[in-house]
Amino acid sequence: MIEIKGLTKIYHTPGQEIRALDNVSLSVKKGEIFGIIGLSGAGKSTLVRCINMLEKPTAGQIIVDGQDVTALSSSELRSARQKIGMIFQHFNLLSSRTVFDNIMFPLEIAGVPRNEASKRVKELLELVGLSDKAQVYPGQLSGGQKQRVGIARALANEPKVLLSDEATSALDPQTTRSILGLLKDINQRLNITIVMITHDMNVIKEICDRVAVIHDSKIVEVGDVLEIFSNPRTPVSRDFINTVVNRDIPEELLHRSKPLEGSMTARLIRVTFIGESAGDPVISSMVKKYDVKANILYGNIDRIKGKPFGNLTLELLGDPVSLDDAMNYLRDLGLEVEVFNGV
Amino acid sequence: MVFEINAWYADKLLLATWETLYMVIISTFFSYLFGLPLGVILVTTSDGHILENRGVNRVLGAVVNATRSLPFIIFLILLIPLTRLIVGTYIGTIASIVPLTLAAIPFVARLVETSLKEIDWGLIEAALSMGANAWQVISKVLIPEAKPSLILGVAITAINLIGYSAMAGIVGGGGLGTLAYYYGYQRYETPVMWATVIVLIIMVQGIQMLGDTLAAKVINKRR
Repeated sequence: MIEIKGLTKIYHTPGQEIRALDNVSLSVKKGEIFGIIGLSGAGKSTLVRCINMLEKPTAGQIIVDGQDVTALSSSELRSARQKIGMIFQHFNLLSSRTVFDNIMFPLEIAGVPRNEASKRVKELLELVGLSDKAQVYPGQLSGGQKQRVGIARALANEPKVLLSDEATSALDPQTTRSILGLLKDINQRLNITIVMITHDMNVIKEICDRVAVIHDSKIVEVGDVLEIFSNPRTPVSRDFINTVVNRDIPEELLHRSKPLEGSMTARLIRVTFIGESAGDPVISSMVKKYDVKANILYGNIDRIKGKPFGNLTLELLGDPVSLDDAMNYLRDLGLEVEVFNGV
Repeated sequence: MVFEINAWYADKLLLATWETLYMVIISTFFSYLFGLPLGVILVTTSDGHILENRGVNRVLGAVVNATRSLPFIIFLILLIPLTRLIVGTYIGTIASIVPLTLAAIPFVARLVETSLKEIDWGLIEAALSMGANAWQVISKVLIPEAKPSLILGVAITAINLIGYSAMAGIVGGGGLGTLAYYYGYQRYETPVMWATVIVLIIMVQGIQMLGDTLAAKVINKRR
């Protein structure tokens, strides 16, 4: 749906060049919710603004729904933008218009006849649950309600793509959850592709299908959300994941030393479960099958996109051969196994 | 009684008040007719804005500044040939409207510019993201969003023009300025002088109050 190739954006300020995006390539599939996470200043906002050309790329190509938006004339670009909705952190509603007229705004721009537009606005108000607020001015709404108006407005011209620029960053956690729920609902009902910019890993965890991690103007990692959560390959991703899932092993566990009997050795391992396997009694079947003892030291479980995701820190005791066999058994079941000491 | 004003002066005062109002209203109208678009152009052609055009912006900015740096009384004299050309004479109420309007246009342009610059860029960006063209951004975002501030600007302009009209009055422009100068000053009719002062104060207060009320009304509706 969206194909970004070699996107570079350089800002010129007196005396220096700022490389906001450096040779970024991404591919967003139709109907998915694609998250882009990064710290402030990483370039994520510039990236999303390049998709609808609010920022003109210095180099590179952006293809949205088969159309190279970087090569359009200004009038072609205006009609292309009508099919790319956008929502903002600070909502950007017009204070001079009622909720109804705010949602009417993009339809006016597109030249939709008044009766038709009016009918569409009513449908959208219903979709976002604000039918009773139609004649109210945005000044009287809460943050969550304002964002609902923003979403309705962005959907008015039935776009194929919805860009979300930190849409929940100004909202409290409860409101964030309800807005994310609405976005998920819209994504499923209308099969609209959503690109979400955020610095909040919770947003990614809640609703994104895939995620790109952007750091220092570059994409450092792209992949399925569950995959990145279970196996982050870069320190930046790991830091982000740690903000929502505790993956750190408590210090005292790493330096545990207990006298062991005979040929017994101890290994500190972490097993990561994703999806269905989280429900299986794998540890007990491992203990039954191999001559090892498992001492559960630490664990936690979470849900990512409704799927269980957890990790368990175990101390495995046994002779080295049995330990290897036991670990291979877990790996064969598709679990992630990391060893921390006692190799 | 020193402060007694006879019927003859009362008639004069009424006529002069009407002339001043007339000059101010007409010149406010014409100065916005030209000043509002000029202000819009000054904002939208500035760096990074929707119609960015450095050349146009710098030239217009320089012209506006040049006109604004002239004291009104000098402007008035400089414009005599032009006023004659347009109205046929440079004396009288109608003739005064020409220099008053021309002097107010750059002032209005700067006021409008200031009002429009206050608008959050996010709103403009939102409109652009929906595919709005420059005219739609101006007519549907910039002007409506700046309405309260623009209304206050009109009041400031009108009050300024009252001051200018009095200066025009001294060189034969009519209105309260002429009355105060010829009768109040040159004929030592102190009551006439005071009467014009009172009328001017009431006029200025009235315009300011009207502007404040209208702006507050718009703001309250949006709250």
